[in-house]
Amino acid sequence: MTQLVIIGIYLSLLLFLGLFSSRLFKGTSKDYMLASHSIGPFLLLMSIFGTTMTAFALVGSSGEAYKEGVGVYGMLASSSGIIHSLCFFLLGIKLWSWGHKYGYTTQIQFFRERLESDRIGIILFPILVGLVIPYLLIGVMSSGVVISSITEGAFENAFAAYDYGVPPWLGSLVISLVVLVYVFFGGMRGTAWANTFQTIVFMILGVVTFFVISSKLGGLQAASDAVLEKNPSKLMRAVDPKDRERYAQKYKTWTLIAKYNYATRILKTLELTPEQKAEAYKEFKPRMPNWQMTAEALYAAKNNLYELSAEEVNKALLTQDDRVIPDPFPEKYQNGLMSHHELKEYPRKANAEKEKAMLIFGGKIGHPTHDLDPDDPSKGKKWTIKKALGVYRASNWAPDAPHPMSKLVFLTYFFVPLSVGMFPHLFQHWLTARSAGTFKLPVVAHPLFIMIVWVPCVLVGVWATSATLNGAPMFPPHFPANAVLAAMVKKMTSPVLAGFLTAGILAAIMSSLDSQFLCIGTMFTEDIVVHYGGKDRFTDKQVVLMARMFIILVVAITYGFSLLEPRRVFTLGVWCFSGFSSLFPIIFAAVYWKRLTKLGAYAGVLVAIGSWLYLFKEAKYALNPSYTFLGMMPVATMVVASATAMILVSLITRPPSKETLVRFFPED
Amino acid sequence: MRYAVYGLVVVLIIIHQDNWLWDDKRLIFGFMPITLLYQAGISMGAAFVWFLATKFAWPHHLEEIAQESPAQESPAPESGETE
Repeated sequence: MTQLVIIGIYLSLLLFLGLFSSRLFKGTSKDYMLASHSIGPFLLLMSIFGTTMTAFALVGSSGEAYKEGVGVYGMLASSSGIIHSLCFFLLGIKLWSWGHKYGYTTQIQFFRERLESDRIGIILFPILVGLVIPYLLIGVMSSGVVISSITEGAFENAFAAYDYGVPPWLGSLVISLVVLVYVFFGGMRGTAWANTFQTIVFMILGVVTFFVISSKLGGLQAASDAVLEKNPSKLMRAVDPKDRERYAQKYKTWTLIAKYNYATRILKTLELTPEQKAEAYKEFKPRMPNWQMTAEALYAAKNNLYELSAEEVNKALLTQDDRVIPDPFPEKYQNGLMSHHELKEYPRKANAEKEKAMLIFGGKIGHPTHDLDPDDPSKGKKWTIKKALGVYRASNWAPDAPHPMSKLVFLTYFFVPLSVGMFPHLFQHWLTARSAGTFKLPVVAHPLFIMIVWVPCVLVGVWATSATLNGAPMFPPHFPANAVLAAMVKKMTSPVLAGFLTAGILAAIMSSLDSQFLCIGTMFTEDIVVHYGGKDRFTDKQVVLMARMFIILVVAITYGFSLLEPRRVFTLGVWCFSGFSSLFPIIFAAVYWKRLTKLGAYAGVLVAIGSWLYLFKEAKYALNPSYTFLGMMPVATMVVASATAMILVSLITRPPSKETLVRFFPED
Repeated sequence: MRYAVYGLVVVLIIIHQDNWLWDDKRLIFGFMPITLLYQAGISMGAAFVWFLATKFAWPHHLEEIAQESPAQESPAPESGETE
């Protein structure tokens, strides 16, 4: 409950800040959308940084480091330090100067004039809004997960289905509403102020979290030494032979369990006698809550108690891993055994995990502060549903295979940060700058700020792979990556500190959501309503009202999506960024290539979004986190395809008029 | 000097691909994985290179261009006419 109160106070503070900044609102649409070009270097740095660092940076980076190891930093953070500043330097300043000179508020206004095409907005508007929505989704989804994890057991009787904590749908809803209120009233000025406040909060609390967690793990050295001993592959990008051996052993044992369960439960050709079971348990050293299954499987295998055909073994593996058994069953698996890699190609059955976990552990589930056995407190506390699911996954599903990071994937990740060049919300932030000189601080400090936030998160995620609590592993196998940071904060800190640290995580999430909300409201009014309805048709007051209404609509749509099946935050983020990166060649060419034509830009946009849609579908809509195309990150193909289409079509079509070229390239 | 700064950006991009540390799990200072430390160094190097960019490659002329014609309180001319 303490955590919940602290989070509540923090959210109230934000609302107050938003309402206070609205008192400075001049009432014009320009002030609402661009803060009247009044933002100085410090506010610009904090608002740009706060906007680019979202749930992806805190929740996503720690979760991804937990899954993939320290290589995650080089893959995205250090490259972002180079590329983001490059985009601010090469694109931001130039677009700011044109925006200041010609009065642009949105990207589409710039493209319309630069490309001499009114209709470019018709295809760009849905694409940009469509790509911002998954970005928003990352924040909305993560905020619900974080609040839910941190408030487990906060209520005595309510929300039993959510472990007596705030349900994710409610957490996401509250966060969406808070951000909505301060964007609604504060506009760009409120957003810039709130971003600055929240960026300071999450940076300070992030560093505090890092040191508290490391101290609980026995210090920096002990935390890293544990990883070196138990999961050395997480400290590099190749696979350590020790990890490979451990995995081989675990997979072998898991195979035996799969075969035993299939023989006893599906085929019913085997049943151990009570004496045999007693013998099996006698030889086994319990480690997991439902260790009996493993003991029986090992005993049966050791004594050759069952014989299965290759087809039956393959079906046993699919069944044990809760995967769909193909019908008809592939001929190649009727005689030969499938590898773990081949096994993973079959999707997991929906809800199988939850149904089985409730069936097996239903009796143990309850309020996490209540004793499992009121007469014997030494038996521990009741289980949360999350714990039951975790134990089920850890004891039933195949162990994760260690895998190296591909050098080609690492190289082509470099395309992902190019997305910053096309983020519509960042374009709008650039335009708020008071002068070109305002950009100097953000350009220099951005890579350092990324380092301050990402290095601790990545280390915490890696430490989580080997952390122990009271002698037992803190995280069982298959623990959901999105929940790693929140779970560590909850398990390793006091309720007061956990409340503050959660506020820090939420700060990072909300500081991105607000800019995104505002930018889509701005695009709707400027690029659609005012552009097509006519500038003189609406008063400034009506324009602001329409922006606010559209923001509410988009928040409602995003919130609706967040209630659907969750994806890994990092994977969803990379897909969203990849879409924006695929449009990077168009913005870069618009700024630096005089020969770019209207049709060239259309070709680039259509190829970009076409290739994105195709590859996104191929990756099972982000459900396959390790999807690559030609061994590379899909973004590389999208960027090259879009650039090629844009260049070729531009070269064979009529160049822009002299007036347009003089307008945008007067120095030449 | 401007080209030297751009050259340094290219160098950063190249050395970012640290293939030589791919299978190195050493801990520096007892806790810091060497590959993470190296990449954090890239971030610091980037900040330094961008600092040089603000000193030696800053587009001062853009400031003047923008100041010649400060922002209007209204959006750009109706671009619908350009189609």
